Amino acid sequence: METIYSLKANRKEFFQGLRDGLPIGLGYFAVAFSLGVMARQAGLSAFQGFLASAVCAASAGEYAAFTVIGAGASYLETAIVTFVANARYMLMSCALNQKTDPKMPFIHRPLSAMYVTDELFGISVARQGLFNPYYHYAASLVAVPLWSLGTAIGIIAGNIMPAAAVSALSVALYGMFMAVFIPPAKKDKIIASLVVISFILSFAASKLPFISGLAEGTRTIILTVIIAGAAAVFFPKKDEEEEEKNG
Amino acid sequence: MDKNIYIYILVMGVVSYAIRAIPLTLLKKPIKNRFVRSFLYYVPYVTLAVMTFPAIIDATRSPVSGIVALVTGVVTAAVGFNLIKVALSCCAAVFVTELIMQLLNMIQ
Repeated sequence: METIYSLKANRKEFFQGLRDGLPIGLGYFAVAFSLGVMARQAGLSAFQGFLASAVCAASAGEYAAFTVIGAGASYLETAIVTFVANARYMLMSCALNQKTDPKMPFIHRPLSAMYVTDELFGISVARQGLFNPYYHYAASLVAVPLWSLGTAIGIIAGNIMPAAAVSALSVALYGMFMAVFIPPAKKDKIIASLVVISFILSFAASKLPFISGLAEGTRTIILTVIIAGAAAVFFPKKDEEEEEKNG
Repeated sequence: MDKNIYIYILVMGVVSYAIRAIPLTLLKKPIKNRFVRSFLYYVPYVTLAVMTFPAIIDATRSPVSGIVALVTGVVTAAVGFNLIKVALSCCAAVFVTELIMQLLNMIQ
């Protein structure tokens, strides 16, 4: 087992990670820009946006948190919203855990956990053989700064760019969300139904009296717990299978 | 309100990190409870779907271009475009739709 974590192997994985991280980073840049527009509305400065993206590296999580921060939410509410929007990373970390050599030096576990994002997780878990943290570090090293920079630039340039460009870029984030939930919905009828139900209830919640008065992030939590909870009761997952396919 | 943005960022960072680090550092075995596993399995799809619609329609200059972006995202993701390409296709769809609407004087 020594061989897979040899210096030579780690170096090779590191450089491959740098290469694979670049296209991800470029896409991140565009998406982060639209997140920056959102962060600006929540009252963050360019530096604060950069910092938030650097420590969170989570599209949906940051988006959800910014919406509640903009609404003057409590810290507890911000924590809950961040947790719900990022819950999928727990599954991804579980999946990464399965691919990790028990002999890997422990320090790599807390370090690798920092940037388990949809894409960085995706390329690391899709890589042949056991998980090599150096591959993951290198890809993160390229992609996360671009993500943070995109957020900062979105905050700065969001209001000096032409409205047509801002409008177009503002949907990048939702495009990224759809790329996560549409492919599994295509394969699994239950997920497809849940997506449709989520759309309908989310739309209804934004219009109905009382509930539409709640902050967007709060509505997201309530709907998620109700819909996913009901699905877990009525359509429990069978053992193993699917579980690791997420993402 | 005298809420501090840096504390918000700290809260976001700590929660985001804990979610990712706990399974990797503490879990020795996969989660067994069926309800918890099922719930965790469905959560990401539901949350993302809830956050996408109707927000996408309000994000653009006109609800029409928002709907076009939604359809573009669903179609490109369904045919297997990767994440980044889906996002950029949605941007392009909005840009072109609004350009046409502008020419037709439907938006200013």
